[in-house]
Amino acid sequence: MSSLLTPDTGLLFWMLLTFGVVVFVLVKFGFPVILKMVEERKTYIEESLLMAEKAREELEKVSIESTSMLENARKEQLKIINDASKTSQQVIKEARELAKKEAIKIIEDARSEVLAEKENALREIRLIIADLSVDIAEKLIKTQLDNQKSQDEMIHRLLDDINIPKS
Amino acid sequence: MSNFFRIFGLLLALLFLPSTLVEGSASSSDVNQESELNVKEFILHHVADAYEWHITRIGTKQITIPLPVIVYSKYTGWHVFLSSRFHENVVYQGFAISKSEKFTGKIVEIEQSGTERRPFDISLTKNALSLIISSSLLILVFMSVAKSYKKQGFYPKGKFVAFTEMFVMNIYEEVIKPCVGKDYKRYAPYLLTLFFFIFINNILGLIPVFPGGANVTGNITITFVLAFITFLIVNITGTKEYWKEILWPDVPVWLKAPIPFMPVIELAGIFMKPFALMIRLFANMLAGHSITLALVSVIFVTAKMGAATHTGMTALSVFFSVFLGFVELLVAYIQAYVFTMLTAVFIGLGRVESHKKAKV
Repeated sequence: MSSLLTPDTGLLFWMLLTFGVVVFVLVKFGFPVILKMVEERKTYIEESLLMAEKAREELEKVSIESTSMLENARKEQLKIINDASKTSQQVIKEARELAKKEAIKIIEDARSEVLAEKENALREIRLIIADLSVDIAEKLIKTQLDNQKSQDEMIHRLLDDINIPKS
Repeated sequence: MSNFFRIFGLLLALLFLPSTLVEGSASSSDVNQESELNVKEFILHHVADAYEWHITRIGTKQITIPLPVIVYSKYTGWHVFLSSRFHENVVYQGFAISKSEKFTGKIVEIEQSGTERRPFDISLTKNALSLIISSSLLILVFMSVAKSYKKQGFYPKGKFVAFTEMFVMNIYEEVIKPCVGKDYKRYAPYLLTLFFFIFINNILGLIPVFPGGANVTGNITITFVLAFITFLIVNITGTKEYWKEILWPDVPVWLKAPIPFMPVIELAGIFMKPFALMIRLFANMLAGHSITLALVSVIFVTAKMGAATHTGMTALSVFFSVFLGFVELLVAYIQAYVFTMLTAVFIGLGRVESHKKAKV
């Protein structure tokens, strides 16, 4: 029984030798490689995850931005269309007003011209009528004053007529 | 599951039944001699180290792997020969396997006066060979894994590499990291080596035939070396604070002067901790092997108690052996785990930083 509890020199030698070799090899070349690789992979995965998260956020931001941009563009478009329609209406209105004014002015001009023409015509007619009446009167007077008596009467009447305002 | 075991046990019993019956009837005298085998001796013989690797016995022929005996005698110098020489000669080149109380089972040098003397003996014994086999296996496994990492980068192919990595990282993350504390990376390679060394030796010990079956981790020499290395690491890499806590701990002054109660207790603790490690692994593995062997020997002990008893006991023995096999598998892992964890904890305790500094 005692042999179980007493370390054996021979086995101690072999144990030190083999365990020494195992420790040397595995501590130097074995586990550090495995641990390093796993650590590296871990950091790589973590970084990748972080990057993916970042990219996702970026994408979200971009998509939000693009939506807002789209919204803005739509608004802008609407505004432009509204403005355009307003402007066109304005233009039409203005044009209409201008046309109206022009028309009124033309009509007015035409009217004044017509009036002037009428005036002219009337003046000419009056002149003609005056000439005619003078001629007529001459002829009439000539016919009426073919005797002395009537001539005298005429002269008297004319004189009377002149005298009235003098009196 | 229990049904399966029951059926399995029965089947095994049936398998054994004819052979035992035949053996029983073949030569009763032989069986009687055999069955009177000294169970204690049988177990002790199997758990102890040996100069040859006994595999089995067919009829009267022993099948063993002879191992080299390497001894140094004060008088005749070095001797190297195969242990099978002792089958032919009881005494070979002045050496014999002792049967005396003191050196039982060991090679002794027979002096001219007839007294036995232990020579300097570094024979490649069963345990030594098993150590070499398990160590080679360990190096092979982890170097091939490391190689596949080197060759294939982050994501090496193969289930074996993945499994090994999982195993390694489990110990690394769950045991070493939390137990050692801050500078766990420095100790991780050794602690992993320690874990897998114990584990592979435990597992090989469970395999009943060559190259397994040696009781390596149940040998005090092995556990002594492992515990001693733990002792060295803990005390050599121990911080100032660690030594201060041992020699002048933060306790009322009367506990440390004039009679240094606490320092004495703490100093004893330095040795006690690795001693406990040594005994724990040794005793657990030895007990596991002993119980398995005891259960197996039940079959042979009950051989002369009649067919019915023998059959029943055989079935029971097989059932319990299978059950124990599973338990031992668990123990193989647990003991490696515990040894590594406690070593990590002791290292962690040795690396303490000043509490006052930590508080600030």
